[in-house]
Amino acid sequence: MKRITIEPVSRIEGHAKIDIQFDDQGHVAGTQFHVTQVRGFEKFTEGRPFYEMPGITARICGICPISHLLASSKACDAIMAVRIPPAARKLRQLIHFAQIVQSHALSFFYLSAPDFLLGMDSDAASRNILGVIAANPELARDGIELRKFGLLIVEGLAQERVHPSWVVPGGVAAPLSSTIRDRILSELPAAHAIAERTLRFFKGTLDEYKEEIEFFGSAPTMYAGLVDRKGNLELYDGGLRFRSTAGDIIEDQIAAEDYAQWIGEASLRESYLKAPFFKPQGFPAGVYRVGPLARLNAADSCGTPHAEAEFKEFHQRFGTMVHSAFLYHYARLIEIVYALEKIEMLLSDPQILDTHVRAGAGVNALEGVGMIEAPRGTLIHHYKVNEEGAITWANLIVATGHNNLAIGRSVQQVAEHFIDGAKLNEGMLNRVSAVVRAYDPCLSCSTHASGLLALRVRLLDSNGALLDELASN
Amino acid sequence: MPQKKLSIRIDGELISALEGQTILQAARANKKYIPTLCALEGLTPVGACRICLVEVSGSERLFPACTTPIQEGMSVITNSPRLTRYRRITLELLLIERNHVCAVCVSNGHCELQAMATAFGISTVELAYNFPKLSLDMSHPRFVLDHNRCILCTRCVRVCAELEGAQVWELISRGIHARIVSELNEKWGNAASCTSCGKCVQACPTGALAEKGRAVEEMTKNLEAVTSLVHRRGVQA
Repeated sequence: MKRITIEPVSRIEGHAKIDIQFDDQGHVAGTQFHVTQVRGFEKFTEGRPFYEMPGITARICGICPISHLLASSKACDAIMAVRIPPAARKLRQLIHFAQIVQSHALSFFYLSAPDFLLGMDSDAASRNILGVIAANPELARDGIELRKFGLLIVEGLAQERVHPSWVVPGGVAAPLSSTIRDRILSELPAAHAIAERTLRFFKGTLDEYKEEIEFFGSAPTMYAGLVDRKGNLELYDGGLRFRSTAGDIIEDQIAAEDYAQWIGEASLRESYLKAPFFKPQGFPAGVYRVGPLARLNAADSCGTPHAEAEFKEFHQRFGTMVHSAFLYHYARLIEIVYALEKIEMLLSDPQILDTHVRAGAGVNALEGVGMIEAPRGTLIHHYKVNEEGAITWANLIVATGHNNLAIGRSVQQVAEHFIDGAKLNEGMLNRVSAVVRAYDPCLSCSTHASGLLALRVRLLDSNGALLDELASN
Repeated sequence: MPQKKLSIRIDGELISALEGQTILQAARANKKYIPTLCALEGLTPVGACRICLVEVSGSERLFPACTTPIQEGMSVITNSPRLTRYRRITLELLLIERNHVCAVCVSNGHCELQAMATAFGISTVELAYNFPKLSLDMSHPRFVLDHNRCILCTRCVRVCAELEGAQVWELISRGIHARIVSELNEKWGNAASCTSCGKCVQACPTGALAEKGRAVEEMTKNLEAVTSLVHRRGVQA
């Protein structure tokens, strides 16, 4: 029996490896998706003051520190039992949408565009953002500009692009100035144009990827995502909705503090990443997915004009429930449109400039949960504190965690369809990595895994002896 | 009676200073910079941090500028490769002794230890981190003590005793086990002598003493509040 190990999986955030086992006929017998690092945030934050948690947990991720800042601050708001000022809520939403734009742009243009612009089988040495720049400079420029726009907002609000500390328990640290608002508004039309152009480009390429759409993690799962009271897509507040594979609403409007009634966490032998599951269906039957695709499956509508039109077209093309993980990319682009529209709405509201942006309080509850939709899916921070405000227990369910089981299954499906153990080539293996990339998994806080990580594929026999090795940079 | 004037040299420059002044006082009076951490204007100098070590001609030993009185004809060197080496080692030892995680500290960007390390170009340390398991005292309603960030400069001890007159803070144990304690090792929140004036918090050079509820990077210290009080009261060290 042969075994292939893809380590590390490149162009993702964090460190993972994939094992593929073959039977004696060279057919894929099994696959495993391993997340190879342990972080320990839940343990080493014990004893810290609760109000330090946003700053500490933001360090989980260099791509989406804002998501952790927000989920953590919401958990802290709950511990303080405060209702944050309306302007603070709007400013938090604003920075959140900005981060969605930059993070989705990073995923699409920098990490995944090399696959579908240059081709899954293209030369691995140039299948990266530099290859994209050479092949389609306009698209690459659009990606850079869009990411820059998202970061412009983050920097304008929080003074720093990475790891700002502006989102704080009780609100935000400082109000928005009209100068910054006007600057963002002036650059918004260009961002809209990029989002539209990219969606048009991506839709044009879909015909070339019929096989990927069909076999890239297309096994139906349940989906989870936040929705508002009307069932519209919601990224900052709202309740959690679970939809069945057939599209029925199984649970709706689950409040943050009730998540543990519905979501269980299983430990896996082969991975440091735990596998959350939908409790009523048990483990592993209760597999569900989160993230852009899941959100567009969970919600009834987007609630903003342009995104709503795209949302309708998306479902017209692929059905009420869209299952292919390849279409995460498509959903991501629709969410960029949605986020840009939301940014415009927020900035057009005069209240966004209000200077009352922070509520103060001590410890008024000994437990708090914060839940938001991070770029990669539902993010939950749950803390318990003592009466002095020191953390006694913490549980974090990070977006990618929810997808853990589904990613594993998608890897299996892609391996079974595209890989032939007898005639191995790099393009086949890239598809296995590409399906992981479709989920845009954020396995750690590292930003350095953006396209230039080495891909090492090892063929081992059943005794673990090295048969062959394929390496690229 | 007017104080006697003494002539000394600092970095070769002849200056006139008052008898009884320390090297640090004489240097500051003449706008000569000597780096310090534990020294704070108006408080009794204790020579705890060893950052202000200087060379004195005629002696192989290094002297802490904050506690060494000047003498007639003394020649002091405040900056040399040897001093820089010693100061860097001292800073590294401070950084490895406890858990100084700047990135997630309430005083990030406003910390004297961090600023000093930056000034000396310390971006990484060569010695192994000690990683002690240290506690926090969050029992006070307004303030927090985090031993992880304490460098034992004892500014809090002195400001509380000498300016506030409350004498809440004291040192306990020796060497690497030393730490500051409030009121006979009682929890700070139970310390009856604490007036909650906050001078210790403002005087603390790091995030070890901080106001409750300050998020990461938010704890700016107001040293002026302490030193201006010194001038108003005319306290002389």
